[in-house]
Amino acid sequence: MWTMPADPALAWRLARREMRGGLAGFRIFLACIAIGVAAIAAVHSVSMAVQTGIARDARALHGGDLAVRTTYVPADAAARSDFASLGRVSEVVEMRAMARAGGGAALVELKAVDGAYPLAGALRLSGGMTLADALAGGGAVVEPLLLERLGLAVGDRIEIGDGSFAIRALLDREPDRAVGLFSFGPRFMVDMEGLRRTGLVQPGSLIRYKYRIALDEPGRTIAEHRRLAHEYADRGWRVTGIGSAAPGLRQTIRRLTLFMTLVGLAASIIGGIGVANAVRAHLASRRPAIATLGCLGATPRLIGLTFGFQIAVMTMLAILIGLAVGAAAPFLFVGLLETYLPVDPALGLYPGPLLLAAAFGALTSAVFALPPLAAAARRPPVALFRDVEAAGGERAGLAAVLASAGLAALLAGLAVATAPDRVLALWFVAGTLAAYGIFFAAAVATVRLARRLKSAGPGALRRALAALARPGGETGGLLLSLGFGVTVLVAVASVEEGLSRQLSREIPADAPTHFFIDIQPGQAERFDAVIAETPGAVLDRRTPHLRARIASIDGVPAAEAQVPEDARWAIRGERGLTWSAEPPEGAEIVAGRWWPADYRGPPLVSFDANLAHAFGLRPGDRIAFNILGRTVEAEIANLRRIAWRTLRMQFTTIFAPGALERAPQTYIATVRAPLEAETGLTAAMAAALPNVSAIRVKDALAAVTELIGQMGIAIRLVAAVGLAAGLAVLAGAIAAGRRRRQRDAVVFKVLGATRSDLVRSYLLEFAMLGGVAALLGCLLGLAAGYVLLERVMDIAWTAPVATAATTALAAIAVTALFGFLGTWRLLGQPAAPALREP
Amino acid sequence: MAGSDWAVELEDVHLTLVSAAGPVNVLRGIDLAVAPGESVAVVGPSGSGKTSTLLVAAGLERATEGRVAVAGCDLGAMTEDELAMLRRERVGIVFQSFHLMATMTALENVAVPLELAGRRDALDRARACLEAVGLGDRTGHYPGQLSGGEQQRVAIARAFGPAPAAIFADEPTGNLDGKTGRRALDALFGLAADGGTTLVLVTHDTDLAARCARQVRIEDGRIVDNAG
Repeated sequence: MWTMPADPALAWRLARREMRGGLAGFRIFLACIAIGVAAIAAVHSVSMAVQTGIARDARALHGGDLAVRTTYVPADAAARSDFASLGRVSEVVEMRAMARAGGGAALVELKAVDGAYPLAGALRLSGGMTLADALAGGGAVVEPLLLERLGLAVGDRIEIGDGSFAIRALLDREPDRAVGLFSFGPRFMVDMEGLRRTGLVQPGSLIRYKYRIALDEPGRTIAEHRRLAHEYADRGWRVTGIGSAAPGLRQTIRRLTLFMTLVGLAASIIGGIGVANAVRAHLASRRPAIATLGCLGATPRLIGLTFGFQIAVMTMLAILIGLAVGAAAPFLFVGLLETYLPVDPALGLYPGPLLLAAAFGALTSAVFALPPLAAAARRPPVALFRDVEAAGGERAGLAAVLASAGLAALLAGLAVATAPDRVLALWFVAGTLAAYGIFFAAAVATVRLARRLKSAGPGALRRALAALARPGGETGGLLLSLGFGVTVLVAVASVEEGLSRQLSREIPADAPTHFFIDIQPGQAERFDAVIAETPGAVLDRRTPHLRARIASIDGVPAAEAQVPEDARWAIRGERGLTWSAEPPEGAEIVAGRWWPADYRGPPLVSFDANLAHAFGLRPGDRIAFNILGRTVEAEIANLRRIAWRTLRMQFTTIFAPGALERAPQTYIATVRAPLEAETGLTAAMAAALPNVSAIRVKDALAAVTELIGQMGIAIRLVAAVGLAAGLAVLAGAIAAGRRRRQRDAVVFKVLGATRSDLVRSYLLEFAMLGGVAALLGCLLGLAAGYVLLERVMDIAWTAPVATAATTALAAIAVTALFGFLGTWRLLGQPAAPALREP
Repeated sequence: MAGSDWAVELEDVHLTLVSAAGPVNVLRGIDLAVAPGESVAVVGPSGSGKTSTLLVAAGLERATEGRVAVAGCDLGAMTEDELAMLRRERVGIVFQSFHLMATMTALENVAVPLELAGRRDALDRARACLEAVGLGDRTGHYPGQLSGGEQQRVAIARAFGPAPAAIFADEPTGNLDGKTGRRALDALFGLAADGGTTLVLVTHDTDLAARCARQVRIEDGRIVDNAG
């Protein structure tokens, strides 16, 4: 009978007229969406800029188009001429060594280069000297940190092994040093003649030989990569192309990006609550208009469309603001990035990250705006004549709720699909849903409890409880936003504290203080003697050490084996292994048996239980290692659970005696020395055995701690964004309740309440609300921190009580303050105008 | 007279609203028939059911029981969307507190129901209606820039815009003083007479009631006097 002119054009016209009212009501809305979009756009833009920088400089970082790496032994003449036939070749030799000067000693990363170095990229020295000039005739260039440690200056001399070197210049930029996001010592660069003079090139010493090749025909990169890898596979040489430049750095960037994206998403979700509140408040202020439109014959669909257009326009505006901030982030943080990263970020506009952030923003807005929008559209026009709200108000229809849930699923799907670690992202989504459920239930419970208690206690408390219990109040929204904010903060603080405690404070009292590496078999006695002569120093353990890579797993070549991502590190490169008749102290054998002390028979190994699980190996299965080009296959005799946290020497693989005694090997040792003996010990060892390197456990931990600290800056920055979103939501929710408060305040004043009566009840109300949110947020944040540390990062968790308590108190104080500021102005206003309002 | 010949027809209409204190029988069997072009004043004490009768007749509230028809359409058989379309084309409503859109000009306010009905000449027709209520020179003004009486005349122009079969007005002069109220009523009755439009008014104002052809008195949800 009546046709239905579905008229988006008319809705758009009505929406435009509606928007003449201005954007004032949308400020919180804009902030909530823009903050989340900006965070995600910024994180991804910065990450993209760094990754593009790595890709741009990949050839320089990698040192050439192709690289062949061997350990212990240099490539033979035939292989060298093979490399030379492909293009220009540069040979680099790297090892750790002790640098000595004036009674002091420090560990350095020694690097010897030939005349062709660097094949790609540019090396920069202080003072503008060329590298060839600096290294010629017994010269060396070093990183400034070394001179600082030894108290030297350019021009002084440093001894390494049997050689003496003049420090000619400082190393400003080493093009191929991206691999070392952290390293144990500063760089010490010499030429090949210099390396020979040190006398450190001895059998079994951990020396890496790298042959970088700049191909004459770059088009043949892939083919030659394959050929070389195949040709030298049986010698255990590693062939890499520029695609694998700086793998560690890339991995770190990816992980950090994921973690920060999740925090950014959390900010979006907190902001989403603000979106819902803002939309609800806006539509509440438009109630008469909506009902009037209904009376004039507008269908709920048309009304929904009209206000939907408005929200869409505001969303787009907010997204644009967020994108502008996010896109600017790489430019803003370029200084910080250049300080901490070995590559220069490639500055630019990256549409991919911006699109992703925009999609997150649009979806968040849709998910949270749809239910209040649908509810308002369904408001019956008769509401103009009768207070419908008192009868429970309008609710969104099933279709709108389902649509919102569908969009939420899409949002979760997008978050998971774009995450490099899907499992972690999935956990995040599940955790978010659970937290939402918990806060929602808490809101309901709080309202119920307040309703039951509201007739008890003094006046101010009664009024505060009554306000919390009020139907359609802001209790739910405030609890959700504030609680979520506290959860994120406490979780981030838990993880940060756990990491730094793990790395710095909780070093076991009996943990070794030094690692010594590259002790030649003939030096063992001398080494033990130096330890014995140093007062207070105790030899913890000295054990044979070989480098090997896994060649095959139960008959399947390692390259073809199905290995989960988190265990791939074990087959990627060479790992240290040892052999022993006795099980290591405190070893926990979880399957199989340890061999008899006098075992003589076919090769047996004891293997790490976790890796064995990842590889699908059990006692009785076989595993083969490539040791200096020779393949040794062994049967797994037993599986050990390794306690990595003890900071002791740990080997994933321990061979039974009989198989490895005659392979070239060195010793590594752990030593405990009191603080006052440390300097003497390193100096004495460096003098007696110049080829033996000492690594202070504290230095190694400091390097890791510093790295974590740098990540912490980034994480805290994003957590601050989450907090900002939470505060915006809080301010919005309090503003939404202003009109009602104003009316109530007037009535109370008419009835004789003083300003301080009202202030007391407001403060109580907001403090109680803040208290519930802070308590729940703390508990959930601690739980999230526990799961992240214990389950994801395998780090011991203890409750960060001080941080949690501070966060909780701050949350309560901020809520009360915001509530107070939001209502203080109302109190000074005279009652009469409000009473005359219809 | 056959049922479909009445402009507005209520047969044994009951309305029960559910409140926190339990169900309230607001209307208890209203029978009312208004002929095309007739003007009827609904009077009675506060809470007697006057406004509810108007809401049910305008299709804003569904009767719990009984039959309601406007311009030959049985409202009980219509969906919410069909009721909305009926309102935009066949029914005009005038409120005590005007309910103009604050963000729209007088002209745009009057054009809304015409635009909802999809009329291409919405703005021209709206301008004509504003001229008819004596506000031809105020088309570009926003409600905030108009006096109360002027606002109510805009609302009246808006109600008459689509040339409805019936106009329902709830205390149309309730927020206006005597003189401005009379000017608004002149506009209302003038337009109704010109278009042969049925008028149903709810009012406390005896002068206003006296201007109608018939007065219906409601007390406690029932019509107690239908003669006036």
